[in-house]
Amino acid sequence: MTTAGSTTDRADDRSRVEERPASAAPLLELRGITKRFGAVQALTDVDLVVPAGQVTALVGDNGAGKSVLIKCIAGIHHPDGGQIYWEGRPVHLRTPRDAAALGIETVYQDLALCDNLDIVQNMFLGREKTRYTLLDEENMELSARETLSSLSVTTVRSIRQPVASLSGGQRQAVAIARAVLWNSKLVIMDEPTAALGVAQTRMVLDLVRRLAQRGLGVIIISHNMNDVFEVADRIAILHLGHLVATGPISEFDRETVVDYMAFGRSERRKRNSEPTVAEQ
Amino acid sequence: MSQIDDDRLVTDAEVEEGATDFSALPVPAELVADSLPAYARAWFARLRAGETGKLPVLVGLLIIAVIFQTLNSKFLTAGNLVNLLVQGAVYMLLAMAEVYVLLLGEIDLSAGFVAGIGGVVCAELVKTDTGWPWWAAVAAALGVCAVIGLFQGTIITRFGLPSFVVTLAGLLGFQGVMLRIIGTGGTLPIQDKVINDLANANLTATASWIVMAGIVAAFCAVTWLRDARRRKSGLVAPPASFTFVKIAAAIGAGVIVVLICNRDRGVLAPIRGVPWVILIVLGVLTAWTLVLGRTKLGRYIYAIGGNAEAARRAGVSLPGIRTIAFMLASFTAGIAGIIYASRLRSVSTNLDGGTLVLYAVAAAVIGGTSLFGGRGKPIDAVLGGIVIAAIDNGMGLQGFSAASKFIVTAIVLIAAVTIDSLARRGTTTRR
Repeated sequence: MTTAGSTTDRADDRSRVEERPASAAPLLELRGITKRFGAVQALTDVDLVVPAGQVTALVGDNGAGKSVLIKCIAGIHHPDGGQIYWEGRPVHLRTPRDAAALGIETVYQDLALCDNLDIVQNMFLGREKTRYTLLDEENMELSARETLSSLSVTTVRSIRQPVASLSGGQRQAVAIARAVLWNSKLVIMDEPTAALGVAQTRMVLDLVRRLAQRGLGVIIISHNMNDVFEVADRIAILHLGHLVATGPISEFDRETVVDYMAFGRSERRKRNSEPTVAEQ
Repeated sequence: MSQIDDDRLVTDAEVEEGATDFSALPVPAELVADSLPAYARAWFARLRAGETGKLPVLVGLLIIAVIFQTLNSKFLTAGNLVNLLVQGAVYMLLAMAEVYVLLLGEIDLSAGFVAGIGGVVCAELVKTDTGWPWWAAVAAALGVCAVIGLFQGTIITRFGLPSFVVTLAGLLGFQGVMLRIIGTGGTLPIQDKVINDLANANLTATASWIVMAGIVAAFCAVTWLRDARRRKSGLVAPPASFTFVKIAAAIGAGVIVVLICNRDRGVLAPIRGVPWVILIVLGVLTAWTLVLGRTKLGRYIYAIGGNAEAARRAGVSLPGIRTIAFMLASFTAGIAGIIYASRLRSVSTNLDGGTLVLYAVAAAVIGGTSLFGGRGKPIDAVLGGIVIAAIDNGMGLQGFSAASKFIVTAIVLIAAVTIDSLARRGTTTRR
């Protein structure tokens, strides 16, 4: 698997965050995020840094709080405590629209596409371009085509075909393309490869890498360790609402990650520095 | 990676990249064809894949015409064909009203009696002792209907009630209101000439040619300019030869309609010319096609019918759009009601809004509108309305009873949805 050789010259994430020179502010930073639902403590004091141009994998067992955490970032849930910083500035995300206004887009697991509409119509749903109150189909079609080709999504026969006639991987590609159409800076993906075959998973993971190369921040939730180690630059592991480990992917291997997911700690982590978050 | 995995990879990759995979999928023919023969091939591929489009209803019309013509040679005479279109106008308009709510996956059972209210309000206001001008009466009637739709739509969306129940209450309630307004006489006659002309008057023969030429020219110009502009900017566009076919078909249809309408169909005095009501139906068809196809409102109605949750997440206001759809449906029902009243030159307590609305839903479904939402167009309603009117008219010519008419209409309705459902079985389309 990967080796830990390159990690020595990297500064500790947390210390870098503490200094935080304005120019080097990370795209998104969570500090002490806490969320309760009644008696259930869903998230406890979560600190997370999501840099631009990198893929951050968010992993954890069922009920670890992954979905709650991304919903806090997407503006659907409101944290009870803690602060979210966007490009170094503290922000309050009250609605999904607030998040979208900052450039945060979410690709949901069920994709949220309308089968009866075509690719262009789905990509612009809710944000149609108009001219004299009529829909400006030509303008939208050109933008959609440009975005799809910039992401090298070329397998669709026609961007005017209904989404119902697309394969699972193509549908995922359309959902991702819709998220980046709006000059978004952070794309959150919930299990993007969960229902896909081998080749389609390949296509979607390539797409995820391309987003990072374009300088976008990407948060990807996945249960599939192959995918995580293939696509992610960084990993953040949740266990029962605590962020138990985070760092460059090269500091981890599969066994370590599984240990963290299952028990909240690992004896096998390659780096010798102290664990990122209190395990005691 | 194991040998098995390798095999799987190759297979999936072929599926992903191979064009063969898509030939069976219901991709609209004009998207993948660059010449007329290619278009025809794509169209047949689509047909085999279950996207039958307008074919069943057109074939059905042909069969109905052949059957009734063999039974009674009067069926295909100019006089009867025009009569059939005028009779069918109310069904077509009411069916276009239903399309708005059917697209959402809802239903409006009250449309028939909302139409009745529209007719009654209009008749009351043009009475000699009220004395409103015809246009004010029409506007008021349509306004009342729109408010009724707004009211029902608000109840349905704000309280989350099923439209079936709310509009069933509307069916009962507005029947009561209509009977109350008509009062003891049982009939409310209309004296206003313009209102009566709406469904009964014709353009002169010359005016028919001029108006139809204008409509066809406008259609051709819009079609040609749009397709040419799309081809020029390299967008998805049909081949030029197909645009020519569309334009030729429009010109042909216009000429045939005017030729039929301009034949003398009078019994005592000569009657000729295109009936006003055909132009009214064409106008409503054009307006609603534009609203549903080219505006945000229309796009959102389709989106909600296809996947309401996706529309909600995209920021579409579901209650707002649903309410407007119910309002537009009742508004359109109001137009149908005024045409109904105009044709009878009166509104009476005999107006059967229950049967009317069920015929309207049947017409929309026969034309190809889905009851589950997300699929259908105003033109479906018009074609379905013609089918219903043709059955009604043809069986009337043969002297069949109302009982037989109902039974035959039922059989056609079941046949239409069965053909649609069988054709779609096994395709990737989910509805």
